[in-house]
Amino acid sequence: MSGVPARITYREACRQAIRAAILADPRVFLMGEDVGRYGGCYAVTKGLLEELGEERIRDTPLSESAFVGAGIGAAMAGMRPIVEVMTCNFSLLALDQIVNNAATIPHMSGGQFAVPLVLRMATGAGRQLAAQHSHSLEGWFAHIPGLRILAPATVEDARHMLAPALADPNPVLIFEHIMLYNMEGELDPAVQGVDIAKARIRRPGRDVTLITYGGSLFKTLAAADALAVEGIQAEVIDLRVLRPLDTATIIESITRTRRVVIVDEGWRSGSLSAEVAMRIVEEAFFELDAPIRRVCSREVPIPYAAHLEQAALPQAEAIAAAARGLVRPAR
Amino acid sequence: MPSLGADMEAGTLVEWKVAPGDRVRRGDIVAVVETQKGAIEIEIFEAGVVRELAVAPGSRVPVGALLALVGTEGAMQTPAPAAVAPIGPQPAVSLPSASPPPAPQPLAGARPLRTTPAARRRAGALGIALDGLRGTGVDGAICLADLPAGAPPRRGGFDPLGMRKAIAAAMGRSKREIPHYYLSQTVDLAPALERIERLNAGRSPPERLLPAAIMLRAAALAVAETPELNGFWGEDGFRPGDGVHVGWAVALRGGGLVAPAIRHADRMPLDALMTAMRDLVARARGGGLRGSELTDATITVTSLGDRGAESVLPIIHPPQVAILGFGRIVERPWVVGGTVVPRRVATLTLAGDHRASDGHRGGLLLARIDALLQRPETL
Amino acid sequence: MTRDETVALVADILSGIAPEADLSALPGDADLREALDLDSMDIVNFVAALHERTGRPIPEADTPKLLTLDGVVAYFEADAR
Repeated sequence: MSGVPARITYREACRQAIRAAILADPRVFLMGEDVGRYGGCYAVTKGLLEELGEERIRDTPLSESAFVGAGIGAAMAGMRPIVEVMTCNFSLLALDQIVNNAATIPHMSGGQFAVPLVLRMATGAGRQLAAQHSHSLEGWFAHIPGLRILAPATVEDARHMLAPALADPNPVLIFEHIMLYNMEGELDPAVQGVDIAKARIRRPGRDVTLITYGGSLFKTLAAADALAVEGIQAEVIDLRVLRPLDTATIIESITRTRRVVIVDEGWRSGSLSAEVAMRIVEEAFFELDAPIRRVCSREVPIPYAAHLEQAALPQAEAIAAAARGLVRPAR
Repeated sequence: MPSLGADMEAGTLVEWKVAPGDRVRRGDIVAVVETQKGAIEIEIFEAGVVRELAVAPGSRVPVGALLALVGTEGAMQTPAPAAVAPIGPQPAVSLPSASPPPAPQPLAGARPLRTTPAARRRAGALGIALDGLRGTGVDGAICLADLPAGAPPRRGGFDPLGMRKAIAAAMGRSKREIPHYYLSQTVDLAPALERIERLNAGRSPPERLLPAAIMLRAAALAVAETPELNGFWGEDGFRPGDGVHVGWAVALRGGGLVAPAIRHADRMPLDALMTAMRDLVARARGGGLRGSELTDATITVTSLGDRGAESVLPIIHPPQVAILGFGRIVERPWVVGGTVVPRRVATLTLAGDHRASDGHRGGLLLARIDALLQRPETL
Repeated sequence: MTRDETVALVADILSGIAPEADLSALPGDADLREALDLDSMDIVNFVAALHERTGRPIPEADTPKLLTLDGVVAYFEADAR
């Protein structure tokens, strides 16, 4: 590998991560619907079957409950499976396996069984896939003790979060936003790994903290750019890890900026954004110099029509407007 | 003009906070009066409508003289003096009257005062008064940017000469009239201080507790169990207090001191007590004590702090009948389980009025405070 | 923060606690409690205000480092590095 940062797509970063993990450890294999011959429904695994063979890249029948359950069994038996679920919408068919088995077995066996399973799935809207393929359900899974929930938003996280996820003895769910796969970013060869515990400040600022993750990160950074033109310095936090939440980074930031907007493509009611807001109120109420604001998806099934779909999702203008309203309220 | 201390003869009206026609409720601040203890906010003890302001700002008014007339509900035609509380049984069931009293109206021009949590905390810590500030935050809230950058605006600071005279009069009377007895006990403070340190470890600076808070809490709880030491001595003998309202002695910069009351201190958890202490200190030094705070105290507690002497033989503030003193916390050899170890201790003292109680009672109070401080997790 | 910034901040905070304080006449190593007659409540408020104004966490155990002007300057210099 050269020492010069390479520009690659998020998709390519995911592919490199899977390939490296399989080459590094004979216990690691990938399975899921259309991951082999078809190359993955988002083309993440293109070419891996040819290179690594059927033992390591396994196509499964269209039964999420069956192959997620098989992954849990393989993990308990000592393997390190990476299971791909096409989209988080379909993960509901495997909810019993994920919530009742994967998340509970280490606990109910008194630690006798580990479940070192990694479950990857696509999430989010923006490609006109309509209401059954566009939802953001990571906030639901972040409710469940026993799971670690990751939301890589950058090329670096997409490339490096998989290895520590596989090393974790407990099940880890990785949510990849569908609009990120085509995004390009620089991958610094000097960075050989990342943590899966902490949030990151992606842009420092002093006037307001914008908290987000996953597919909304770049919209939020765009909003911060627009705000900077107006003289408002917004700090952008990428949560990265949705469970367990890194509240220390959030609180530290708010102690400096005292204003916060939470951006979440999930719906607002009973959401991850609600949890983040409540943690702030519990732990940093007296640091706040303004009400907490949220920018979330409209509370509708995500529409098919392109203009309606865009109108339903958090957008940079709405994020900037929310932040502006806190820093420079109308008099 | 209310009496704001046994030796107050007159006060100067500085400012009216109400105007004729304003509706007032019990506890509302209606005026600011300059006394020897600084500018004091005067509360009203009756609900009604202000009919007439009898005194202009700047006037010196003797204690007991009329300040204003307030019409009470149902007696709007016959103005009643302001400071008289209604006495007598209330009917168990009130019959609907022909003309129901109008719903309370907000004062003309008054808007609900909104303050952000951060601004409220900083204002509290620095003793900045919020009323009068203009809110420029979200929904018109007062936010950090609206607070004055430097010194808080000080309202009518106390007059040092006047205060000296007030202290001289009160303490002179105390030493002439009150047969003091004095008791002292050295208290192991290690458990209480360790608890404070544990609590403080996870807290940001504005939320931290002072050792004085836990001492005051223990003292208030113990006083609640010793009613003979909590109250007033008057012409008819001892009258117990209607609660444990601890006068917290606050030294003022440049000399003098004042001991405003923390009402029902025995019912306040540690954090609330610390907040009340901060607030009192800020207002005692920056102006803005309320009249009731100067008269309600049923016992006084003085803490000498970390630069004070090791113990104090305090003088009772009449008409109260007891005062407790905490000396500086010092490290001393102490016997624990037969071994001499270095230990953080403080000397706790009590001065009691022998007309109202005996030393035995006083000794029990000190022992009770000691016992409570040895089990700080219950405080 | 630079020394000048820190001294200005300390002066501003102390003007709310001890209005008559004149920092320019104060040696950098003088104990603020002695020099300005500050009690423990004043010190708590001073530390709280330093935290509020800088946003930096200040553990309680660090309070003794903040009792002289030099100490405060060193504390926030070290923090910046």
